[in-house]
Amino acid sequence: MSFTNHRKMQLYGALLLLPAALLLTTFAYLPTVTTVINSLFLPGFRGAPTEFVGLENYQVLFDDPTFWKVSRNNLIYAVGTIPTSIALALGMALFVNGKLRGRGFVRMAYFTPTILPMIAAANIWMFFYAPQIGLFNKLLGMLGFSGVNWLGDPSVALSSVIVMSVWKEAGFFMIFYLAALQSMPPELKEAADLEGTSRWSFFWRVTFPLLMPTTLFVLINALINSVRVVDHLFILTKGGPNNATNLLLYYVYENAFSFFDRTTAATITVVILVVLAVVATLKFTILDRRTHYQ
Amino acid sequence: MNTITALRSRYTSTLSLETVAAWLLAIIWIFPLLYAFWAAFHPSEFMVNFSLFAPLTLENFTNAWSQAPFGRYYLNTFALVTGVVIGQFIVCTLAAFAFARFPIPGKNVLFMLVLIQLFVFPEVLIVENYRIASELGLINTITGIGLPYVASALGIFLLRQTFKTIPRELEDAARIEGCNWLEILWKVYVPLAKPTYLAYGLVSISHHWNNFIWPLVVTNSVESRPLTVGLGVFSAPETGVNWATVSAATLLSIAPLLIAFLLFQRQFVQSFLRAGIR
Repeated sequence: MSFTNHRKMQLYGALLLLPAALLLTTFAYLPTVTTVINSLFLPGFRGAPTEFVGLENYQVLFDDPTFWKVSRNNLIYAVGTIPTSIALALGMALFVNGKLRGRGFVRMAYFTPTILPMIAAANIWMFFYAPQIGLFNKLLGMLGFSGVNWLGDPSVALSSVIVMSVWKEAGFFMIFYLAALQSMPPELKEAADLEGTSRWSFFWRVTFPLLMPTTLFVLINALINSVRVVDHLFILTKGGPNNATNLLLYYVYENAFSFFDRTTAATITVVILVVLAVVATLKFTILDRRTHYQ
Repeated sequence: MNTITALRSRYTSTLSLETVAAWLLAIIWIFPLLYAFWAAFHPSEFMVNFSLFAPLTLENFTNAWSQAPFGRYYLNTFALVTGVVIGQFIVCTLAAFAFARFPIPGKNVLFMLVLIQLFVFPEVLIVENYRIASELGLINTITGIGLPYVASALGIFLLRQTFKTIPRELEDAARIEGCNWLEILWKVYVPLAKPTYLAYGLVSISHHWNNFIWPLVVTNSVESRPLTVGLGVFSAPETGVNWATVSAATLLSIAPLLIAFLLFQRQFVQSFLRAGIR
């Protein structure tokens, strides 16, 4: 390839990249930079940043008990949803990977919540959680128990939100486990059968370790989702009661669009970006080494 | 002999126990949706008084349809989804082609920069993206909902991977026939990447059909609201709509995608898989 030809190719390639580069700059890189800048300034006229205050906004944020409550909620939300949905996803995949009557239906049943908008799912679960006429309290009433205010009682509201999220996500993660199970060489199972290995020990000693890359992959996705997806809060609780179900991104939304406090919103966004950066580094270092990439 | 029969019977009994567990879980998982169906097709007084002989009715659907402009919401969602997918196909194809075949200085760094978007989604940067959208005059437009998603890192990544597997010989043959780069892209690469386009398209369609928080922020009127936002506004407790109507509205909003899913289940599942392995 001649030199001029090479230069021409470079130019051509750059032109091909241009639309994507412009859009990514506008809606990803630029807003990231301005968010970080905004978090270092105090707003002046019409919310434009004026006075440089360094890390003072972070100081204020870290002194705000609501921020800690919301962070703690998000942590509980992650710890509550991720292991449960991953375990259920693995169970589901094992179920529908084997011989099973009506396997098609079962698989569909598991996966359907994935296709629904979070907002529609939340609408449906509202019926279950409603205090007077909701299905859960009706069932409790039939068994002679008094009802629970599932979304209104600060001590159970977050758990109720978590239960719905697990229902929504498990089927999605199942798909990845199912794919991994189906790509496993059948010889392993045959050899184990010959040696009389029990199904239980085969699972723990062969299947589960082989599924480790998938588990990591699913874990990363679940981690991202736990800070990114807050749609259900708009229907179920609006972050209440008394911030009992408020999560980081919802708190950003509240600060920016309800309290019109862009500075606080920017500062929390930077915290979220740091969390995502940690997750990304985790993915690129750990996951890369486990051949999931090509 | 006896032990073998014993083993076999134990094996089949655990299998059937598994079947029971699998089915139980399946019923729990599908139940919320079935309940929404039940509620939508029966008069509202039967929502909580479950009775097998409750009369069927379509009244909830006509109520929902008359109380909110669902026709307009459908139109907006269709426009949004087709617009986003077409935009993504074009922009991601060009970028993926550049990454797969062209010598660009600092290509690996640039590619890593693109992959950042897999983590930093437009909705995370909601406040600044809102400001940018308003400076571009995109507030309350369907373009405003879709544009931040058009340069999709996932799309660029998937297409680049596919393009890289296409043998150079095909490209050379096309060049001998006098094709320029864009013709080579259009006649060689794009047709061979069809399965990737299908998979990515399905994932993208379901994502944008279901997306909520960004469209909620960007839109503030019926003219641009997609179904999800319309549904969110409609079923807010303050509006005082009864639940049977809300479940009818919920079904209305999810029906097209749900029907598509039931028809093309396998493709959907496979596309999620394909897009997921990244």
